[in-house]
Amino acid sequence: MKKCYLGVDIGSVSTNIIVMDEEDRIVDTLYLRTQGRPIETVKNGLSQMKERLGEDVHVLGVGTTGSGRNLGGIMIGADVIKNEITAHGVAALHFVPDVRTIIEIGGQDSKIILLRNGVLYDFAMNTVCAAGTGSFLDRQAERLGIPIEEFGDLALKSNATVRIAGRCAVFAESDMIHKQQLGHNQEDIINGLCEALVRNYLNNLGKGKEIQGPVIFQGGVAANVGIKKAFEKILGCEVVVPKFANVMGAIGSALLAKEEVSKKGSTNFKGFEIADSNYAVKSFECEHCPNMCEVVEFYRDESLVARWGDKCGRWSNNINVESKKLAQ
Amino acid sequence: MKITFPHMGNMYLPAKAMFDDLGVETVLPPKNSKKTLEIGTKYSPELICLPMKINLGNYIESIEKGADTIVVTGSCGPCRFGYFAEVEKEILKDLGHNVEFVVLEAPDGNIKELYNRISKIANTKNMMKIAKGLKGGIGVLKRIDKFEETVLKLRPYEKNKGEMDKVYKSLIKNLENSEGSQAMIKLINQAQKCIEEIPIEKNRDILKVGIVGEIYTIIENFANIDIGKKLNELGVEVHKSHTTSGWVLEHLFYNSIGSTREKDIRNAAKPYVKTMVGGHGRETIGNTILYAKDGYDGVIQVMPFTCMPEIVAMSLLPQVQNEYHIPIMTLIIDEMTGEAGYVTRLEAYIDLLRNRREKYKNEKMLSWR
Ligand code: SF4
Repeated sequence: MKKCYLGVDIGSVSTNIIVMDEEDRIVDTLYLRTQGRPIETVKNGLSQMKERLGEDVHVLGVGTTGSGRNLGGIMIGADVIKNEITAHGVAALHFVPDVRTIIEIGGQDSKIILLRNGVLYDFAMNTVCAAGTGSFLDRQAERLGIPIEEFGDLALKSNATVRIAGRCAVFAESDMIHKQQLGHNQEDIINGLCEALVRNYLNNLGKGKEIQGPVIFQGGVAANVGIKKAFEKILGCEVVVPKFANVMGAIGSALLAKEEVSKKGSTNFKGFEIADSNYAVKSFECEHCPNMCEVVEFYRDESLVARWGDKCGRWSNNINVESKKLAQ
Repeated sequence: MKITFPHMGNMYLPAKAMFDDLGVETVLPPKNSKKTLEIGTKYSPELICLPMKINLGNYIESIEKGADTIVVTGSCGPCRFGYFAEVEKEILKDLGHNVEFVVLEAPDGNIKELYNRISKIANTKNMMKIAKGLKGGIGVLKRIDKFEETVLKLRPYEKNKGEMDKVYKSLIKNLENSEGSQAMIKLINQAQKCIEEIPIEKNRDILKVGIVGEIYTIIENFANIDIGKKLNELGVEVHKSHTTSGWVLEHLFYNSIGSTREKDIRNAAKPYVKTMVGGHGRETIGNTILYAKDGYDGVIQVMPFTCMPEIVAMSLLPQVQNEYHIPIMTLIIDEMTGEAGYVTRLEAYIDLLRNRREKYKNEKMLSWR
């Protein structure tokens, strides 16, 4: 029988599920597009994973992270529900124990995490500026008619620098169009874009922070060699892209789940069968006081399992969340 | 005359007490809510800081309830706060609201004019009566600030979760339904005793975090998405570097005689900021250093988006962080702030402090290099 831990990272753009064995080896990884439907995506992901693992698996523990961590955590029965920053830090430390700087660029947000002597020391997270994220790159690739996978390689072919204004996504895009009109070739523009994104990242998140090596680069965008090269050029040091760069959040949450389960001795995991349940979210605006909280109700197979979003606890406290396990 | 004033934390209660004592009618603005902010944002200049947007929302909601006179404090100094009243006056006029603004300040050092304004809203020229009203109000204010401070300190230790909130909530409700400073002081004293007697578990592993930054966003829990309570729930004892009573006393009395507490803060800040940079920028630096020296685990700076004095402070904080070995996080808030991202940052920051404490529990030096 295979014994394993699950890590689930539910982001707004992508959802990653990883399976880790008892020796902390990564057995399998799965990447899905969230497409604004986290519940469906998690269900779908779990049933795919179940199939890939075969019949006799025993899940020892499970952790969730990402912006959908609470929702997903309730669905799956997570042993730990952790923020993305901690999860990424834990995973990076696992692969590179002396790592001092983590650059993380995902679809929707980017982060910088500094570690010193193996503990989190400082971090910054950017969720509003699109110019420093994967979605922005996707969009530009699409606009230029280049598959995103080839984007980085094209940047490497460039041998002249075109400077793109990278202050914000809107400026960057119009400046790119301008440079196209001037007749610059595509490779150079793409390279310029990579450098603009890196400058934007460093100016936004790296401000006042001492970036020391080893530097590790993770998140979906780490697969882009153009961006990696731009980081190395601007920082003047080597940047390591770990093998599982795009699922580090999920790995971190599996590691955290393992630690948690070893403390409490059992898991809350509700079983892969939850993929067969029906989940629904309803919400309403409470009219009891001027806060007018948007209260979210979470249903599994028509029974209410959780409520959140109220400031006063009127709704969230007032429910017996049955943590009944489905068959495992 | 029906007086109203903007919300800032629990300040509306002592203000009400004072006007009650003076026999002046008040209209309390509805509690700060999404709606308040929406109204305020709609009519404010886009890039003005959050406090003004909420204030303006307060006024409009109060006017709808019948208020005709707005009382605010003024301020000079290089920060936009000094212009709030002037800008708000014009906006309200454009909206066709006929209200009077009374700005409590001495224009060009004209104390007589300040006295005129005070006696106008106090509805009496009798200095004794005014002084008495003021004393009552300040009595309530100081006690309620102390009460809040106690809650932020003790709540993470409470044995049965929710007990302190219950006392807090019922206190506020009782205060809202009572009249005059004497009645309020009695209620607060009772609640204070009550809260100190709630069973706690002193030996929990609780972190200590100080909050610095722009005074309005620190004090007004609607603006800061209730940072104190959120931190308490994450197992953190909280101390806020600004209170309303501190501010009022500072500006009404100590400024003229030179207060000791402020001097400490200024001296601490001196190596980084020598002069006043407007608002509380200098205090943000000074308080951060004092917290670090006091052995706090971390410091969080809270500021409104585009707040000039706090931007100055923010750019200096990384240096303070390095030299005092204390993790500092900045939270910038405006009407676009999403609560989810904010909570993620808070959680990660507390994880960071916890790891750091565990790692260095047995080491004297908290050095990072
Ligand atoms: S949930 Fe509570 S705080 Fe929110 S609007 Fe309703 S009564 Fe008010």
